[in-house]
Amino acid sequence: MKISKEEYDKLSRQVSPKSKLWTDCLWAFFVGGTICLIGEGLRAFYQTRGFILTDASALASVTLVVLSAILTSLGWYQKIASKAGAGTLVPITGFANAVVSPAIEYRVEGLVTGVGAKMFVIAGPVIVWGMMASVVWGVIYYFLRPMLGG
Amino acid sequence: MNRRCGKTLFFDQPPSVLGFAAVGGKRESEGPLADGFDLLETDTTFGEKSWERSESKMQALCAELTLQKSGVAAEELDLLFSGDLENQCTASNYTLRDLAVPFVGLYNACATMAEGLALAGCFVAGGLAKRAMAMTSSHFCAAERQFRFPLEYGGKRTPTSQWTATAAGGVVLGESGGPPYVRAVTFGQVTDYGIKDINNMGAAMAPAAVSTLLTFLRDSGEKTENFDRIFTGDLGMVGSALMEELCRREGIVLTNHDDCGLLLYDRGKQEVGAGGSGAGCSASVLCSHILPELRAGRMRRVLFIATGALMSPTTTLQKESIPGIAHLVLLESER
Repeated sequence: MKISKEEYDKLSRQVSPKSKLWTDCLWAFFVGGTICLIGEGLRAFYQTRGFILTDASALASVTLVVLSAILTSLGWYQKIASKAGAGTLVPITGFANAVVSPAIEYRVEGLVTGVGAKMFVIAGPVIVWGMMASVVWGVIYYFLRPMLGG
Repeated sequence: MNRRCGKTLFFDQPPSVLGFAAVGGKRESEGPLADGFDLLETDTTFGEKSWERSESKMQALCAELTLQKSGVAAEELDLLFSGDLENQCTASNYTLRDLAVPFVGLYNACATMAEGLALAGCFVAGGLAKRAMAMTSSHFCAAERQFRFPLEYGGKRTPTSQWTATAAGGVVLGESGGPPYVRAVTFGQVTDYGIKDINNMGAAMAPAAVSTLLTFLRDSGEKTENFDRIFTGDLGMVGSALMEELCRREGIVLTNHDDCGLLLYDRGKQEVGAGGSGAGCSASVLCSHILPELRAGRMRRVLFIATGALMSPTTTLQKESIPGIAHLVLLESER
């Protein structure tokens, strides 16, 4: 064939349809926003039940995680996610989905070698690099704090 | 005498297609080719407890139907070529536990059906097998967990990604019998134009399809307009557009091109991204649409060019580009 790799790369980029950025952003904004709104509602609810702010926040997160796990096992979370994208990925519900979905999928390979080994196959990197980032920031903060007057 | 001209093998006594069958799942049952399928199972598990077992079950059903429709008993088969997308081709291996037939396992991803059909054709035409069978399958759920993410994981698919068909197709070839016939085959060569996006396999495979088509046209002296249809396997919307553009640059205007990945589903109504893919996609389109059309005489000469993307999840993570392959089979309704 006459075409070069560079030309083909250019051609395939021209022909391949792009993601609909604005539609995707709107979906992500509204679905993600709704999830956060539910979280806020839950926190307010727990506060009215006499929990202090930090406990109410923790309970709201836990409730969202449970809801996400239930929706994931019913196969509904991924249906919403196929439209919402980052809107369902970024909130804590997305993290729950990333842990629960492999747990369901790899159940058939056993509780240890399947569920145990594969449960964090997607969420694992988030934990590893999230912890790493918090350690690095902790060190920076340690040196910054005296200057900030803390 | 059979003859080799360039890289294409021409059969003097073209093997006859004794019978064929297509099996599909739920999404395939909602597609435009549903009527051509021999069996459509809306329970994607096929009554099994793992997706791997489901795919094997589907292949076993396909083998049974293919043999039944061909009027051939399993013991009468001299060879069976089969492949799928699972690691170590386990769908085929486990299906063949229950079929006492000399078995050749194949892997050429979505190009496996053309590979198997071409090999079966060579063995029958060469007198090394009286009857040989080619079969492939793919299962959306088994492929998804192996190549991408768990099914319940909430990910967004890019518009260029393709949908792995839950389908299987099988063909039995024999020395003598009715139409259609396998007239010639061209085994393709691995072609890599540097595409790295695993969600754009059509773009990775299109150059392979064009390369094999050009080889065949050069070897046979034929023109594309000599054929009723030129079917590619699983290029999808992006790959088909690229193939047509690449052909145009080679001075060939493709007006009779269809793609199995675009025929199996209705992209307007079904959410399948850029079209269908998987080893079972071209196989089931071959057995539910192409072969019936040839047998009925509604099409006389057809090129079947199944294309495969030969990456693995490991090579993808290692940022390797995706090698493509395409094998061609010339099918005719007259001997």
